Amino acid sequence: MENSSVIKTITGRGVVVRGADIDTDRIIPARFLRTVTFEHLGAHAFEDDRASGDHPFDQARFQGASILLANANFGCGSSREHAPQALMRWGIKGFVAESFAEIFFGNCIAMGLPCVRVAAEDMQTLMDVVESDPAQEVAIDLEARQVRWTGGQVAADIADGPREQFLKGSWDSLGQLLAAGDQVENTARKLPYVAGF
Amino acid sequence: MGKTLLHKVWDAHTVRELPSGQTQLFVGLHLVHEVTSPQAFEMLRERGLTVRFPKRTFATVDHIVPTDLVQRPFVDDLAEEMMDAIEQNAAEFEIPLFNIDDQRQGVVHVIGPELGLTQPGMTIACGDSHTSTHGAFGAVAFGIGTSQVRDVLATQCLAMDPLKVRRIEVSGALSEGVYAKDVILHIIGLLGVNGGVGYGYEYGGSVIEAMSIEERMTVCNMSIEGGARVGYVNPDQTTYDYLNGRPHAPRNFESAVEWWESMASDEDAEYDDLVQIDGREIGPTVTWGITPGQSVGVDQALPELDAFADADRSTVREAFDYMDFEPGQRIAGTKVDVAFIGSCTNGRLSDLREAARVARGRKVASGVRALVVPGSQQVRAAAEAEGLHEIFAEAGFQWRGAGCSMCLAMNPDKLQGRELCASSSNRNFKGRQGSPTGRTLLMSPAMVAAAAVAGEGADVRELVG
Ligand code: SF4
Repeated sequence: MENSSVIKTITGRGVVVRGADIDTDRIIPARFLRTVTFEHLGAHAFEDDRASGDHPFDQARFQGASILLANANFGCGSSREHAPQALMRWGIKGFVAESFAEIFFGNCIAMGLPCVRVAAEDMQTLMDVVESDPAQEVAIDLEARQVRWTGGQVAADIADGPREQFLKGSWDSLGQLLAAGDQVENTARKLPYVAGF
Repeated sequence: MGKTLLHKVWDAHTVRELPSGQTQLFVGLHLVHEVTSPQAFEMLRERGLTVRFPKRTFATVDHIVPTDLVQRPFVDDLAEEMMDAIEQNAAEFEIPLFNIDDQRQGVVHVIGPELGLTQPGMTIACGDSHTSTHGAFGAVAFGIGTSQVRDVLATQCLAMDPLKVRRIEVSGALSEGVYAKDVILHIIGLLGVNGGVGYGYEYGGSVIEAMSIEERMTVCNMSIEGGARVGYVNPDQTTYDYLNGRPHAPRNFESAVEWWESMASDEDAEYDDLVQIDGREIGPTVTWGITPGQSVGVDQALPELDAFADADRSTVREAFDYMDFEPGQRIAGTKVDVAFIGSCTNGRLSDLREAARVARGRKVASGVRALVVPGSQQVRAAAEAEGLHEIFAEAGFQWRGAGCSMCLAMNPDKLQGRELCASSSNRNFKGRQGSPTGRTLLMSPAMVAAAAVAGEGADVRELVG
């Protein structure tokens, strides 16, 4: 039986969130971090940006989308996992952007949400395609390193390590880390500040 | 070829290579706070796991703590619920908690160093992006998300991808009125907010070497705003002098120093990139936009749109619109509503001293709300012992308790409406300081004090020296 954590392709409708440097304070404003669970965050994704009206997350044409399209440095700012958690709970299952902030990217991997990069011109094309027909399916294909739609495709990049983790279903880091067993203590014992100088 | 500190620390803490190609790294110190930990502890319970090294784990409360009235229960039910959660989790998993009634409490990145928990050659993790602050001691310190907090609690390890190292050398010397904050704002302005992606930043050169450990913390703190995963300074006598005698510093100090020295980057270490900056070119720097990279000299004109590459123009236009500023305008002379001195970037004793130097004998301009928030209870006590609180109070600043306060909007300290805030914190994102339309100008604490008394952006060089 195949490992249920294996992720090869994410398929769904896209939602276009334009603009560079969209930070985690915009994805989930800090006041919503006053919570001990992630459960209710979905409703508050982009809350302050949405207040000014007509945010893509509120537009009828993008409802039910599961692939978020963004420009450069998406998710910059804080390490709050609340940001990808809010987006996931809104319905997002994968991200395509020109680039991602590192901690945001790492958080997404840990949650099983693939993030792939496409070139700026390709992102322009992709955003136009999705906006012209938001009902069509888009696919993030990790094996082929592509983002595809009915009428075309663009190359999508993801580093070998995270790609392997999705393809092998090993993105849930905790299981792997636990498997090291006593090796953890062995490493610790060799560190003078643990052993006592 | 020699090795960098980052590579030496990496190697010493490698448990094994993971099938995914990542490295399993042992974490020497895990710092925990109330915001990013409750879900992680819950995940532990769900999987029936315990905390693997409770003695290498320390918790405090900072983000949600009110800085004026700290009576329990807090007025905010949600904040109270988070306090309950961390108290319960610390008790159940046997982790020391520096709670609000403990004089060791404060912003997590202020107390780690002052308690001597933060040491050279360590790996440090905390569910907070500004964990890079601890790199000032020559530690490799990662800000992590909640799933990784769970990983560290359960295994004392992280699965990490290797990093490249960029050495940033600041040579020469800084002029009067120019601070560590100006240095890091300058660096981010130069290299961009994602210039550091894939890198750890090693800071060096005569300007960094001459800095106190507190100033180095300011620089390392904002590495993350430059996109770097970690930032650090090689340990030296300044580091050892700071640590010696602190509660958690090693007792056998000399042999600790010997190991720490051995962990510093070798003279012939190989770097993936090198950036050289002349410290004399750095002036008092302020941000004017909505990313920490959008900065200018306080006395300089805001850039024209065509000074930017096509790709950046829409972001720059967005920043001008949000801030309600015009190209050609200067921050010096721009009216401010609020002045905030505090945060893990600039809430330490030396920061308060520099701000007090400006505030002494002056008055906060009418209509300006000015707050001084020490980064920890110990900073507060030390400042009071020197009488700094009186200088601030006489000038009309509010003197508060320890916490994150107006650095982010999770406690009662917030901007209102379109208020413009001169702030010694680290982020000027839209809505960061609590009002969805609030505006932030990042600058050094002395410059914030100068803005508070002038009632407008002001060049601190005209007030000190
Ligand atoms: S002071 Fe600000 S940046 Fe630092 S830990 Fe608190 S909220 Fe985060």
